[in-house]
Amino acid sequence: MRSTRLIARLDIKGENLIKGIHLEGLRVIGSPNEHALRYYLQGADELIYMDCVASLYGRNSLGEIVRRAAQDVFVPMTVGGGIRSVDDAAYVLRHGADKVAVNTAAVARPALIAEIAQRFGSQCMVLSVEAKQIAPGRWEAYTDNGRERTGLDVVEWVRQSVGLGAGEVLLTSIDREGTRRGFDVALVAAVTAEVSVPVIASGGLGTVAHLVDVVKTGHADAVHGGRAALRPSDHRRDARGGGRRRPEREDLCARLTSPSSITASEIS
Amino acid sequence: MRTPDVAVVDYGVGNLLSVQRAFEHCGANVAVTGDAQAILGARHVVLPGVGAFPVAIGQLRASGLDTIVRQAATAGIPVLGICLGMQMLLDESVEFTPTAGLGLIPGRVVPVPAVSASGEPQKIPHIGWSPLRPAAGVATWQNTLLAATSEGDAVYFVHSFMAPPRDAADWLAVTSYGDQPIPAVIARGNVLGCQFHPEKSGEAGLTVLRSFLAL
Repeated sequence: MRSTRLIARLDIKGENLIKGIHLEGLRVIGSPNEHALRYYLQGADELIYMDCVASLYGRNSLGEIVRRAAQDVFVPMTVGGGIRSVDDAAYVLRHGADKVAVNTAAVARPALIAEIAQRFGSQCMVLSVEAKQIAPGRWEAYTDNGRERTGLDVVEWVRQSVGLGAGEVLLTSIDREGTRRGFDVALVAAVTAEVSVPVIASGGLGTVAHLVDVVKTGHADAVHGGRAALRPSDHRRDARGGGRRRPEREDLCARLTSPSSITASEIS
Repeated sequence: MRTPDVAVVDYGVGNLLSVQRAFEHCGANVAVTGDAQAILGARHVVLPGVGAFPVAIGQLRASGLDTIVRQAATAGIPVLGICLGMQMLLDESVEFTPTAGLGLIPGRVVPVPAVSASGEPQKIPHIGWSPLRPAAGVATWQNTLLAATSEGDAVYFVHSFMAPPRDAADWLAVTSYGDQPIPAVIARGNVLGCQFHPEKSGEAGLTVLRSFLAL
């Protein structure tokens, strides 16, 4: 049976981990590697690194951060933010990333999607979409962390990108990002109905009910929990084999959504 | 130079850093190498692989390392193929165009079914965590690559093709995609393969690598 992936997202600005509200108003919450290792030890299925200002300033600082994380983190890592070329993708993959997430550069030049997919495989090419609702049942794609409009219809853009070779879609609702008010389930459902590749729902996770809703009604394949501040005591040792058991889904969901799991140092 | 515990075969495809780090984390002395003597002198050989079958096997042949991997297998060195590396152990693959593999385990690499047995469409590639269970007829995982693994341990898969051995005896573990079994771990003597990525499967994956080192 296929299970829903729970993905921890690390928003990076320079050397720091930050937390966004509506993809703006960023605040520093600490060292990315410390958090990456903790998310890994606490059972996150994957990590996504997003360099939040890379496309704004036209640079990429994630290579070194990812290289250090790859020393100790043994789950898949996706890197996004400032990936503008096949060479940029090769750079972060060489530093230990497993996939790249592309938004701004793909909108500017959709052929980049095909180039990355052909060079590294579709499984490596994650289309990142920032969606903002513009009318009932209609969303527009944005770039640069919700700053720039593209004029593209989200569902149409995702369909075109998958046709070009995108193997996975990271779908962030700008309206819900950082609000903990629940996912934009209609958005997720509209996209999953249209394409056959896995869709990661992002933005708005607040309660376990939100998770259930986006998976059951939205048919999301994976969900993002940016505040997945899980506790080390949650590791489970398998008494028979000595290996770690993956935490029970319900427990993990609960911790992903529990406000009390955010420590004081993270919000100071 | 110390004899490496593990030689990770470097034939110019993919990112080998994660595989190297995972084995080092398990305490192994690792050489990432395309050198024939280093590979044949290692205690364990790992054949990694990502991307498309024809490209990868072409690169392996171009570097002459297909022969070296076969020699290692014949010499009795435990050989572990990971993901596409596992698929390359079989006779051939139909990915893009029929292409011969290493022929170390009889069988043919075919696409992961896009439709389940009950007719439901399935997403391809198969990406995500899925639990391991014994293949039909397998009574125990003792003394195998899964010696320390428990039934139900979930590991990370990302693939569009699968490598079902022709002989049922070569199947060690399966996972389910939709309602169909997907070969997850295969073994024929000292030649082993896992479809999932043990280097990306957290502690469950590291457990598999430790068992490999103990073979």
